[in-house]
Amino acid sequence: MQDPSRRPDLDQQATAESYMLPSAQPVQLVDPDGRHVHNDKYPLPDGEALLAAYRELVVGRRVNDQANALVRQGRMAVYPSSHGQEACQVAAAVCIDKQDWLFPTYRDTVAVLARGVDPIQALTLLRGDWHSGYDPYEHNVSIQATPLATQLLHAVGVAHAAKLKGENTVVVAMCGDGATSEGDFHEALNFAAVFHVPVVFFVQNNQYAISVPLHHQTVAPSLAHKAIGYGMPGERVDGNDLAALLSVLGKAVERARDGGGPALVEAHTYRMQSHTNADDATRYRKDDEVQQWVSKDPIQRMRTYLTDLNLLDEEVEKNIAEKAETVAAAMRDGLNAESEVDPEDLFRYVFTEKTSQLLEQAAKLRDELAREPA
Amino acid sequence: MSTTLTFAKALNTALADEMEADSTVVVFGEDVGPLGGVFRITDGLTARFGEERCFDTPLAESGIMGMAIGMAMNGLRPVVEMQFDAFAYPAFEQVVSHVAKMPNRTKGKVKLPMVIRIPYAGGIGGVEHHCDSSESYYAHTPGLTVVAPATVQDAYTMLREAIRHPDPVVFLEPKKLYWSKEDLELESLRESVGSFGRAVVAREGSDATLIAYGPSVSTALNAAAAAAEEGRSLEVIDVRSIVPFDDETVAASVRKTGRAVVIAEAPGFASVASEIVARVQERCFHSLAAPVLRVTGFDIPYPAPKLEQFYLPSVDRILDAVDDLQWEDA
Ligand SMILES: Cc1ncc(C[n+]2csc(CCOP(=O)(O)OP(=O)(O)O)c2C)c(N)n1
Repeated sequence: MQDPSRRPDLDQQATAESYMLPSAQPVQLVDPDGRHVHNDKYPLPDGEALLAAYRELVVGRRVNDQANALVRQGRMAVYPSSHGQEACQVAAAVCIDKQDWLFPTYRDTVAVLARGVDPIQALTLLRGDWHSGYDPYEHNVSIQATPLATQLLHAVGVAHAAKLKGENTVVVAMCGDGATSEGDFHEALNFAAVFHVPVVFFVQNNQYAISVPLHHQTVAPSLAHKAIGYGMPGERVDGNDLAALLSVLGKAVERARDGGGPALVEAHTYRMQSHTNADDATRYRKDDEVQQWVSKDPIQRMRTYLTDLNLLDEEVEKNIAEKAETVAAAMRDGLNAESEVDPEDLFRYVFTEKTSQLLEQAAKLRDELAREPA
Repeated sequence: MSTTLTFAKALNTALADEMEADSTVVVFGEDVGPLGGVFRITDGLTARFGEERCFDTPLAESGIMGMAIGMAMNGLRPVVEMQFDAFAYPAFEQVVSHVAKMPNRTKGKVKLPMVIRIPYAGGIGGVEHHCDSSESYYAHTPGLTVVAPATVQDAYTMLREAIRHPDPVVFLEPKKLYWSKEDLELESLRESVGSFGRAVVAREGSDATLIAYGPSVSTALNAAAAAAEEGRSLEVIDVRSIVPFDDETVAASVRKTGRAVVIAEAPGFASVASEIVARVQERCFHSLAAPVLRVTGFDIPYPAPKLEQFYLPSVDRILDAVDDLQWEDA
């Protein structure tokens, strides 16, 4: 742990300008054409780290495509796709260590998988079998939260407990731009700052909350600027630039781990598809706007960059594609197989011990099902 | 001239008609502007009435509710949409502490004429937080008028009356009915004086009374139709208004039939269904041939889509309950 007297926020000389304000422009290390952009503050991650993350990026895109297909085939009830945001997804998962925690939302399936959670378990929620299918303690990934911004406070709690227990844990808490308008967002950032806990709040600003564009959520100069009001640093980053994300998030995580307290990172990205398959994005945005983001795709620029570095060639690309196909095939096989749901589960987990009322109700349902002709 | 309308379109028409009739009516919430709401209930209102009258807010339910209170205090009639039942909970503080209490606290000096529209209940295969039956929380809070239409005609007339109501109304829209259709005589409905606050007999019968509201009314009617084939005549009451509760209509039916089953999707424990049982029992004790029974959701969180069939009150479950009403010939 860093000497607390050296914490920047206790430094009398430190001003909002000197350590809290986000960069004038979103941090970018690799531009849409795949060229390195120099940045004094943020070094480029090394090639091997980038290549490993790129692999996850390609897998992530395949996961989104496959999930969309499975919804169309009626194998899943709904899927909020992160197509276009995969760099954010991957960076959120790989910027932390095994003992750290991730708090994802409904849109963050790719991040959940990149953290090592089994795809079929992760998709249980959206398949409709149960409200969540994985054990949060197995990979330190909390449930995918649906009520907006609520999970951010849980993240603060996990971090606070870790701090009290003397554990070396950092928590990455994810939300969207719309969720920053919720009261819980404010409360989470304030608590995190007051208790000086190791949480990195990671906002994927994909420009829309269902149909509502960002300028209806806030007139702040950026979402990252909100950090200052809580007394923590804010940073903004090109959310389609995997290298910049890894660098910026990496730095925030390191700072939190060293006792520097929470930070807010805003990634500028774009939701390329509808909110979910139940939504029709053409009702509220023009195709022109969507098209402008096609050339900013996170995969293409990383491919160019890594190829220029001689880290990526056809052979490696083929290996990565095969890995992606393996994951997609596992998703298909898993979701095409009929899953068994057990009506008794309805009563099993409500309390540690069933109440007499639940015992009665379970017995009644059992009778009812026994009477039904098979 | 009759028009075929969906439940959703009837609500949309009611909003438009009321906005046309009263320039103080304003509609706001999440995605209710250009998109027209995730269920399209506010479709076209921004285009027709302008952004001042129908607009998107930042994504914050407490903010929506709190601002609605202030707007109602200052002479407007807000109609706010909570996107889904379980997403209204961040607004609960404003609803319980202020919407429900302000008129009482100020001895009636501050009125809060506003409508809180909530797509509610299940039966649509929604994932968690999209299927809650939250009526009991609201009904338990003195000061809130709580209604739930079960027919397309009621969707239209009750929403208009809710908007005209002097007190705050929690308007519960059964999601599974949004796509149901009816032929309506809109012209005459526009003129008609409604029956806000009253229950209706949705089907006449003589052997027992099924008491239901919102999404459960159609299930009760199906059960009554099935029972008729087996020679049992069931009356169905559509409660329509949970608060105020129409004791008179309900008690009259149960006194006539002598038997009753209350049906609701919400968990039965400490619920509106329990309240109805108590009220019927208090008023009809000497007419009852059997205890009043309930068919409700189990006392569990609303289940995942693949398990919801085991949870929802079904025709069979209702008929089982009816069979349990201590018939002499049984
Ligand atoms: C408390 C709450 N209110 C409303 C909703 C319904 N809802 C689900 S996603 C969404 C939009 C969220 O937008 P954003 O936070 O920008 O994340 P994105 O979906 O773009 O990833 C809304 C309004 C919800 N899930 N929770």
